[in-house]
Amino acid sequence: MYAQMIKSEASTEDPKQLKEFQAKIDDNIKVEPRDWMPEGYRKTLIRQIGQHAHSEIVGQLPEGNWITRAPTLERKMILLAKVQDEAGHGLYLYAAAETLGVSRDDLTEQLLSGKMKYSSIFNYPTLNWADIGAVGWLVDGAAIMNQVPLQRTSYGPYSRAMIRICKEESFHQRQGYDIMMKMAQGTETQKKMAQDALNRLWYPSLMMFGPSDAESVHSTQNMAWKIKMNTNDELRQKFVDQTVPQAQYLGLTIPDENLTWNEEKGGYDYSDPDWSEFFDVLKGNGPCNVDRLEARNKAWDDGAWVRDGLMAHAEKKRAAKTAAE
Amino acid sequence: MADVDKKMLTQFLLRMGDNTLILGHRVSEWCGHAPVLEEDIALANTALDLIGQTQFWLGYAAEIMGDSKTADDVAFLRDVWDFRNLLLLELPNGDFGQTLMRQFLFDSYQSILLPRLMKSSDQHIAEIAEKSSKEVAYHVERSAETVVGLGDGTEESHARMQAALDRLWPYVGEMFSSDEVDAAMAAAGIAPDPATLREEYDALIGKVLAEATLSIPDSDFTHKGGRNGATHTEHLGHLLTQMQWLQRAYPGATW
Repeated sequence: MYAQMIKSEASTEDPKQLKEFQAKIDDNIKVEPRDWMPEGYRKTLIRQIGQHAHSEIVGQLPEGNWITRAPTLERKMILLAKVQDEAGHGLYLYAAAETLGVSRDDLTEQLLSGKMKYSSIFNYPTLNWADIGAVGWLVDGAAIMNQVPLQRTSYGPYSRAMIRICKEESFHQRQGYDIMMKMAQGTETQKKMAQDALNRLWYPSLMMFGPSDAESVHSTQNMAWKIKMNTNDELRQKFVDQTVPQAQYLGLTIPDENLTWNEEKGGYDYSDPDWSEFFDVLKGNGPCNVDRLEARNKAWDDGAWVRDGLMAHAEKKRAAKTAAE
Repeated sequence: MADVDKKMLTQFLLRMGDNTLILGHRVSEWCGHAPVLEEDIALANTALDLIGQTQFWLGYAAEIMGDSKTADDVAFLRDVWDFRNLLLLELPNGDFGQTLMRQFLFDSYQSILLPRLMKSSDQHIAEIAEKSSKEVAYHVERSAETVVGLGDGTEESHARMQAALDRLWPYVGEMFSSDEVDAAMAAAGIAPDPATLREEYDALIGKVLAEATLSIPDSDFTHKGGRNGATHTEHLGHLLTQMQWLQRAYPGATW
């Protein structure tokens, strides 16, 4: 889940219009860019799609961290293709956000200044090669849990972006699991790497869904608008239930002593992550927050002359063409 | 396959594969750090193509080397003196301008060499060249466009691109410095003597660089020592410490 804790905006429009809008959403009619929409719906979506786009962009960094050290040529190619896909997802999502009247440059500025967030998970480091497997398996796995239902979200451009993204994400998840398989069946040290990656990334992956929001007003509004399709707890439970047998198959141990099958609910009971750590990460105190934002700011600042140069050239060409006509 | 000394053929294949491997590595260092999202995508894509081409070239080299070696063994278990890539490609990236200028100078070379290799007397080489040439045609189109855009952009972008060309120019001549390996390849109809490609190369880059309003330095001095492995730069060793770290630290592991 690449968008967390999205607050909804109150709507002050005419109640009749709001009612018609809600009826349209209830009938599963997609909202398109030119259609009327409440201001709160528009702003909330910008926040959510923007945060998702930023997550794709910042998410290049922890995985890019291992491209130059990938263990085989094939793994290097798979990882390059994956990171390229993520940049591509960022592009579709920014394009979807632009249909709501915000520019990509505006959103970028807000990311770089720290005003807009990206998923907390990308503030954790990738320390050994198994982390690349675990990111695919757990992080993409958690993202898919959230994004599959979002294919049915009410806003047309967002829903279509999700359909494209989900296809690629499920590839990524399989590739991640494949790395974990190789590690788990490998040497003692490789097994140790795999377990170490799971130990470090398990709780941060559970945090991706955000704190319990069953009682949240924002969540209720966002669910009514079909911007959010399930509660955080529902998705987290589904994720745990899916992942535990996969870990067992790998011969790895989920770092949770309280993990037990609950026959009655038909799912696992599990320990909550440390939510104070989650809020610390959101405040900027995760292990990599500073590095990530520094890297993105440096890329943007160092690239200013490139963007300006290419713009100036395009302008010259346009002027020359106009003069010739 | 034409009758040719296996050692010579291996050297030729290592030159091809090490070029794409080392440049692919350098380009991949940009991942997530490019000036604009479209460039992140394009650079990752270029690196991906180059590593893909590496698998073919080094895979074939490994096959000839025997001992059930694989492309991965060749990539990850050789030391600096065994590498046969052009010095140009192992230089650090520098700024985005220098990275794209290097890409353009190399893409132009490949775009002339690969169509010749498609007619190689060695069927396997002809096939690899055919597959790679489609990618290279796209790479050169893109890198040339970017060199023109930045050369003929703002005052700053022009100055940076001229500095990049000045910095890299002394490494261009190595592409065309033929030796006995090239003579053997040419005699067997496997590959052209690179010296014979220079005229076409100069015409191609001359046209693009003129459009980019950049001046080719007035010097034909050339650094050498990459394609024959005699004297690499200090930079290659550092690149290998990163690229080969896992394979060296955990020998025999399957990934």
